Amino acid sequence: MTENKGKVVSINGNLVSVRFEGNVSMNEICYVNVDNIKLKSEVIRIRGNIAQIQVYEMTGGIKCGDDVDFTGEMLSAQLGPGLLGQIYDGLQNPLPILAEQAGWFLERGNYADGLDAEKKWEFTPTAKIGDNLRAGEYLGTVPEGPFTHKIFVPFYLLGNYTLKSIADKGEYTINETIAVLSDERGREIPVSMAFKWPVKRAVKCYSERLAPTETMETKVRLIDSFFPVAKGGTYCTPGPFGAGKTVLQHTTSKYADVDIVIIAACGERAGEVVETLTEFPELTDPRTGRSLMERTIIVCNTSSMPVASREASVYTAVTLAEYYRQMGLNVLMLADSTSRWAQAMREMSGRLEEIPGEEAFPAYLESYIAAFYERAGCVLLPDGSKGSVTIGGTVSPAGGNFEEPVTQATLKVVGAFHGLSRERSDARKYPAIDPLISWSKYKTVTDPAKSGFLKNILLHGDEIGSMMKVVGEEGTTISDYVIYLKVEMLDAVYLQQNSFDPIEANCTTARQRYVTDKLVYVLGSEYSLDNKDDARSFFNRLRQKFIDWNYTEFESDAFRNAENEIDALYNERQGKINRQAELLLKGGE
Amino acid sequence: MNKVFNRIESITGNVITVKAQDVRYNELAQITTRFGKSLAQVNKIDGDTVSLQVFAGGQGVSTGDEVRFLGHEMRVSFSEDLLGRIFNGSGEPRDKGPALTDNMKPIGGPSVNPTKRILANRMMRTNIPMIDMFNTLVVSQKLPIFSISGEPYNQLLARIALQAEADVIVLGGMGLKYDDFLYFKEELSNGGALSKTVMFIHTASDPTVECMMIPDMALAVAEQFALQDKDVLVLLTDMTNFADAMKEIAITQEQVPSNRGYPGDLYSQLASRYEKAVDFNDSGSVTVLAVTTMPGDDVTHPVPDNTGYITEGQYYLKGGRIEPFGSLSRLKQNVNSKTRKDHRILMDSMIRLYSSYKETLEKKNMGFSMNRWDEKLLKYGQLFENKLMDLSVNLTLEEALDLGWEILAECFEKDETGIKSDLTDEFWKVK
Repeated sequence: MTENKGKVVSINGNLVSVRFEGNVSMNEICYVNVDNIKLKSEVIRIRGNIAQIQVYEMTGGIKCGDDVDFTGEMLSAQLGPGLLGQIYDGLQNPLPILAEQAGWFLERGNYADGLDAEKKWEFTPTAKIGDNLRAGEYLGTVPEGPFTHKIFVPFYLLGNYTLKSIADKGEYTINETIAVLSDERGREIPVSMAFKWPVKRAVKCYSERLAPTETMETKVRLIDSFFPVAKGGTYCTPGPFGAGKTVLQHTTSKYADVDIVIIAACGERAGEVVETLTEFPELTDPRTGRSLMERTIIVCNTSSMPVASREASVYTAVTLAEYYRQMGLNVLMLADSTSRWAQAMREMSGRLEEIPGEEAFPAYLESYIAAFYERAGCVLLPDGSKGSVTIGGTVSPAGGNFEEPVTQATLKVVGAFHGLSRERSDARKYPAIDPLISWSKYKTVTDPAKSGFLKNILLHGDEIGSMMKVVGEEGTTISDYVIYLKVEMLDAVYLQQNSFDPIEANCTTARQRYVTDKLVYVLGSEYSLDNKDDARSFFNRLRQKFIDWNYTEFESDAFRNAENEIDALYNERQGKINRQAELLLKGGE
Repeated sequence: MNKVFNRIESITGNVITVKAQDVRYNELAQITTRFGKSLAQVNKIDGDTVSLQVFAGGQGVSTGDEVRFLGHEMRVSFSEDLLGRIFNGSGEPRDKGPALTDNMKPIGGPSVNPTKRILANRMMRTNIPMIDMFNTLVVSQKLPIFSISGEPYNQLLARIALQAEADVIVLGGMGLKYDDFLYFKEELSNGGALSKTVMFIHTASDPTVECMMIPDMALAVAEQFALQDKDVLVLLTDMTNFADAMKEIAITQEQVPSNRGYPGDLYSQLASRYEKAVDFNDSGSVTVLAVTTMPGDDVTHPVPDNTGYITEGQYYLKGGRIEPFGSLSRLKQNVNSKTRKDHRILMDSMIRLYSSYKETLEKKNMGFSMNRWDEKLLKYGQLFENKLMDLSVNLTLEEALDLGWEILAECFEKDETGIKSDLTDEFWKVK
């Protein structure tokens, strides 16, 4: 901590102005002293010898003349073994420890270290004395839950270093020196297993950024087969309240095919965090067979917690994600909701009396959103392995209107858009992603031609549906009516998915490919149907058989039996596949 | 000891500024005008210029009036003595009882540590079938009642206050019409619930600043009761007035408005109140029901819209009934598997059939002919609306479920309901 001090000169909400001497840097952390409590704050504007700071706590009781201590450090996250399974607030204070210290409430000025300083970790050195090392290269490993946690040359060390000494294999706490590096001028730098990194700066200790090409399975059919997300990609989920944004993220956090999930509950309900906290330790991760909590970190700054730390929470979360990416792991970071983060920026901007942009959001909204999503990516690490950070953010547009600034700024920078619609959620269709407005720039897990074929039927059916609203069933030809029924069926058996059923909710790629083929076959066929009633009852039966099929375990006997029943029904109505579908299926074989 | 200042520098609306040193942010002051004393709260300090919002309003304040700083923030007295009492937005008695000054607790305190909360899993019975049966209220839930002006939302609140299974009721009235205040007082005392009720009432004719204090006072008291192992139900009416009061103050202080004149922190302000709803690990709970009137029946208006993002569902009050389609209790699945085994399926089936009735009704209004099934649905819809949806219906959950089966039996055959046959065999009520 530097000796730099200042005095409070004005207070407006959580914006406090401080007169200082000496040097103060932008985004530096400082503490306001009130009644023997230190309130953490961040410098957000400097004018002459006045620094304006946002206080991460409630500001009641502060008066002019109160002392402010500047630390010389930016807001940082502590990185090291022991992050997994933690529940942090937006400033990386572990909430269970705060509860031990202060009881029911989040008392202000009560902070705790992000990592346990007492715990011993089994360190195995991998670097050798004399090795030439740079920031982000490995010194050794410790086991952490199901993962091999790599110990790094701290990211903040610029330039080349030589390893002077390294600890033997054994148990160490995170603050013990485990290696000594010397820089080009021969100065010695002791290094421990944990270090700090400023959260608002992206970690760039990689050789190369790669294009996100590998699809991240979410096991949600509508996403994987139609609007996929790539590992290292970005996507957003805007939707009106009650459309199921949080439920969808919750399901994704359980089933996504990634190593680590970081959940940033940013400005949302505390009850939802409690749900995750209660549920996750009980669930097993299908990939490792261990508790789901062991691969999860929760950063929660719920809506009633101070606004300034809400802004920090998404940065804290993405920094933790980048840290694990550096170990060659695939990390998914889910932010719920980025609108609350944007609103936190708006509140500060208003207090700073900046000239407002659209809907009073600050003019830099777009560049901040873009910079945040740009921290996602697939990277080639110094040791040749690959790691990725995927970012998925929900957006809560005012009035459910996607034309608002946060949604629009987000759509410019993400690779996939899952727009939730009020109509679909009101009709209790889950997931409520609207297939007619959503898009993705990534590769589907299924054959794109087949997904395209199904999507075309969907579009055609939608046109017929709108026409039918005008002319009624009577005015629609039977062939159009059949297409309409096919779309209803596609929606019910493939686009919708029951997230409560363990088999249904976890629909693997192999299964999606298999079922897609079947659907191309069944929906790409003509049937002999007498009239509209006959057609409706046929498709109702077919739909029921498909739904039953969805609930059977993939490639089990029940699965085959259910499939046989579909085939039998198909043959009963002399289904005949059309040429386009036939070519498509042949091409796929 | 207290600092006294005699020179008010400026008066704009309800906000005054004085030159003073050593004043704390959010500190209270007492201002003595020719109309009496009023509280004022510091809401901005710039050097030695201190802005205060005067609870009683700026009207009649003179530049020579005396401002005495009290050295503490807004507080509320907490003890069992609160029960049965009525206060205004400054915490002064509105009834004829004595002022309470013991055990003062700060209002608008910090939020509960999420790890100290438990998952909401207890039902709160209200004996209103549209709530208990179809959108169950859960202890520690926060739910708004979305309504347009003119709907009987205060009647609904009063009934819930009388019938809900809560140890303590805290009623916060904001911008309440005086008649409505009298109505609440009368209903609660006639129903014998006054002795477990605390009221914080701001009527439409009271100063705007006091309106903003009501939710914080009501919730601070509720929180204290909850920490004494009580299940507390907080009823707030009407949160739109609270938001409008905030808007008024924000604009007076020249804050940049974000949406339709509301300040940019509307979401955070509403959330910090609603999030006081909590089920404490090892202690009591706070449940919040808040009326939000929708200007022009527009759910995308900033107040209901922001509220919807904060709360755990909503009740739509429309045409004097709790609308089954727009209404949603997000927590109902946490409890309705534990009530009676036919609860969920009956709830789903009855709503599904009611939705078919609505479609049939539309067909009928368009002049299409009605077949036998349509006739059955029409009869069902009528019975459903009169016997279950009507707000005057007062039944326990079990009675409501039984009545549900009766209505089904009166209109349909067993296999027309789409309910699993083992349940119909057990519960079907043959006349």
